[in-house]
Amino acid sequence: MQKINWLEELKKSTLSALWFIFLTFPIMVMKVSTMGETPETFYRWGNLVYVGIGTFFLSFVWRYMHARKEFAAKKKSTEVGIIRSTLGKPKVKKPSLTALIVFLVAFPFIFSMYQTNIMISVLIYIILGLGLNIVIGYGGLLHLGYAAFYAVGAYTYALFFHFAQDWFYSLGLQTGLMFWIAIPAAVLLSLVFGALICLPVIRLRGDYLAIVTLAFGEITRMVLQNWGDVTQGPSGISQIPRPWFFGMRVDPIFASKYIYLIALAMVIISIILIKNLENSKIGRAWEAMREDEIACQSMGVSLARSKLYSFALGAMWAGFAGVLLAAKTTFINPASFTLWESVMILCIVVLGGMGSIPGVLVGASLMMLLPEYFRAFSEYRMLIFGLVLVLMMIFKPEGIVPRVRNKYTFEEEDL
Amino acid sequence: MNPILNVKDMSMVFGGLRAVDQVNIRIDKGEIVALIGPNGAGKTTFFNCITGVYQPTEGDVFIQAPEAAESTRINGMEPHVINEKGLARTFQNIRLFSNMTVLENIMIGRHQHLKTGVIGSMFKGKKVKEEEEKCIHDSYNILKKLNLEQFSNNLAKNLPYGAQRRLEIARAMATEPFLLLLDEPAAGMNPLETRELVKTINIIRDTENITILLIEHDMSLVMSVAERIYVVDYGKLIAEGSPLEIKKNPDVIKAYLGE
Amino acid sequence: MEYFIQLFMSGMVKGSIYALIALGYTMVYGIIQLINFAHGEIYMIGAMVALIFGATLSAAGMSTGGVLIVALIAAMVYAAAYGVTIERMAYKPLRNSPRLSALISAIGMSIFLQNYVLLSQTSNYIPYPNWVPQFAFLNDYRNILNSNQLFILMTTAVVMVFLTFIIKFTKMGKAMRATAQDKQMAQLVGINVNQVISMTFLLGSVTAALGGVLICSYMGQINYYIGFIAGIKAFVAAVLGGIGSVPGAVLGSFVLGWGESFGAGYISSDYEDAFAFIILIIILLVRPSGILGKKELKKV
Repeated sequence: MQKINWLEELKKSTLSALWFIFLTFPIMVMKVSTMGETPETFYRWGNLVYVGIGTFFLSFVWRYMHARKEFAAKKKSTEVGIIRSTLGKPKVKKPSLTALIVFLVAFPFIFSMYQTNIMISVLIYIILGLGLNIVIGYGGLLHLGYAAFYAVGAYTYALFFHFAQDWFYSLGLQTGLMFWIAIPAAVLLSLVFGALICLPVIRLRGDYLAIVTLAFGEITRMVLQNWGDVTQGPSGISQIPRPWFFGMRVDPIFASKYIYLIALAMVIISIILIKNLENSKIGRAWEAMREDEIACQSMGVSLARSKLYSFALGAMWAGFAGVLLAAKTTFINPASFTLWESVMILCIVVLGGMGSIPGVLVGASLMMLLPEYFRAFSEYRMLIFGLVLVLMMIFKPEGIVPRVRNKYTFEEEDL
Repeated sequence: MNPILNVKDMSMVFGGLRAVDQVNIRIDKGEIVALIGPNGAGKTTFFNCITGVYQPTEGDVFIQAPEAAESTRINGMEPHVINEKGLARTFQNIRLFSNMTVLENIMIGRHQHLKTGVIGSMFKGKKVKEEEEKCIHDSYNILKKLNLEQFSNNLAKNLPYGAQRRLEIARAMATEPFLLLLDEPAAGMNPLETRELVKTINIIRDTENITILLIEHDMSLVMSVAERIYVVDYGKLIAEGSPLEIKKNPDVIKAYLGE
Repeated sequence: MEYFIQLFMSGMVKGSIYALIALGYTMVYGIIQLINFAHGEIYMIGAMVALIFGATLSAAGMSTGGVLIVALIAAMVYAAAYGVTIERMAYKPLRNSPRLSALISAIGMSIFLQNYVLLSQTSNYIPYPNWVPQFAFLNDYRNILNSNQLFILMTTAVVMVFLTFIIKFTKMGKAMRATAQDKQMAQLVGINVNQVISMTFLLGSVTAALGGVLICSYMGQINYYIGFIAGIKAFVAAVLGGIGSVPGAVLGSFVLGWGESFGAGYISSDYEDAFAFIILIIILLVRPSGILGKKELKKV
């Protein structure tokens, strides 16, 4: 690296500090109360000091990070990151994977119900992340309304219960069975919903597609909120039954273990299915589409169909996750399916690494577990999320565990 | 005998500019035809119109496969449909899938010929695995035809330039076209590579039964490989004939060298 | 009949505010092809800053007229400062990255700014004093058009004229148009593209801030979240009119404003917010380039 001109750097940092003090003065230092007859103004001088000193030091870090980024860009390495290279070695991979799975299966029997419930959330978000990853990571389509499919899944189960529970009782069946019926129904419905939404927007350019998906997501939420006759509006649907288990009584403690294992099974199955997709006809088509749309069209790949597949398939996972959510919390309402929900899931995929399955696992775990263990910062959660999105895009757009595709190799002996 | 490719009065108008102007071109089975003209004459635009990247403003494009009973009108169709009908192309500026391996690039070419659906891909049953195996074998064989098999597992972007150009051709061939459009296949090649290319083009036509239409600037290639030549200038066809005829044609000479 | 006129007027006022915000979206998109998700937050911050300075000064005894002027100036200065800073820090490094990256960065910035204001101030709705001069001659017409509304319409008109003048007749305006058409070429002929981009953000932020102060004065309250909804609607307006086109943004804004007003008035007010989204989807399906936009052709 070149020589550092300390005087220049000090000047820059001081100027940055002064600029940010100016910028944040009215918002962070001043505070106004307009409640009473005359407005009162408070001054929080402490914040001024924090901003000044903080910016002064952070601007060094900022410039350093940028310099490092430029330097790395010139090097252009295709090395695989540390995580993948250590875990990828067959000697390490098999035993650690087995150990992990054993641990995960045993988890609910070792830890408390509270911890298990947290893990169920993590698993649900992994499923959501895997699904959105198909749309964004493989299809290359920015989807800002994924929560809508999540809602379709959850409401399929909830409404099925709400409207059909009497019919079920009259047949002598336990309502818990509805869970198992709802799963394929929800998956199918979200698939259809995904396909429907995608059809008209396939030809749109990336930015426009993002906005339309956002719009669909919001419209879905508004319909859920306002169409009270059907969806029961903002108050939602409660007492949703827990999954059926051979006619046995399913109390909350048992349910949390049960649902956890169902979710875990689904995660493992999903990973296998999606890995298969990656290395298949459609998986290659998706990668070609991301590389060069015009060339892949000229080679016979239908852009419209490939995008449709990524959209609809991606939706399926959200549908399943929705049923799990409803079963876990036994209560759903439109508030769980806002734009912020979609953004959170987006964050998981982007943070972890677009197109990378281990990335989704890491991303979901971080997003769900860190807030749990850093309770003190819960107020700052969204603030940090926003910041992380920006920083990741600037400094590590490939994510924490960047995607690595299996390359097809061909051995002469195979002939 | 109906022509393989029949372009009738085709024009492409951008705003006020007639990039392609009332062009008529006819190609019969088994020919190797070249389309030449000064820079900016509209040659690549012409290709784009035929392959569905642009929709021609006027005129029609008909293609007919050798075994087919009648011709199909392809203007207005999407590029992937046109490819399905039997027309493949390469690009002037190489458009390989850089971060995929050479083998994978060919496998994309096989896309239309794979029957596996999406659900099948997810569950990877026995049939699917067999089809994938066959695809890998077929792709490897195509690579062998163009002497690229030693690069199978390399990323396309890491290939030497000449090999990349050959890969473009191999990929287009993988789609099993009956008509192959080559857009400046010799661009950037040295004389040795160009001579190899002449051989390759002839082999493709002779052994694969593929008719070839190429755009080219390199006169040595054109003169040694083309059986018929069309010349365009400012979007209009100004001459057609055998290489000898074209060489002596005063309009052609004027177009290239000016008055 | 009076009902119709009321709806018409309120639609026009809505349209004006959307226009002031939409201008920022459209100009930024025209120049760097980025949907600046954080634009709505700049609108909110401008209004918030105006409130803070204004309230302090009026408590110190300044006249309402003076307070209004200072508040507006403060809003514009700060919005411009935030806009330019955000561009430099979060968007400039991504200028050569795929569009997806910049879009996600913009989303992150939007979330960050919302929570920044939320945590530094409050999540409550804050009462917003009304410093806009109340015209006596309008007293009889209060049902149809009140002073705040008139002030909004007047301000918007002035801003339109001003902006059109800048874009059409000044050197900077020409540079902006050139950069929007072809960034590389503009650089090659000596235009400082970074400056032009900063200027674009500056102008967009200033107009949005004006809109923010005026609408909050009219509504009587402000909240950290207003940027989000207003931002989305203004964005819809910009797309409706043809994103990248300044007259398009204005046209789209008024169409949206009237659409929402009459829709809520005659059809259903529950779904008022949904109208914007529905219009957006329809427009993107039927005519993605917008009413006044141009179709793009890709080069192969």
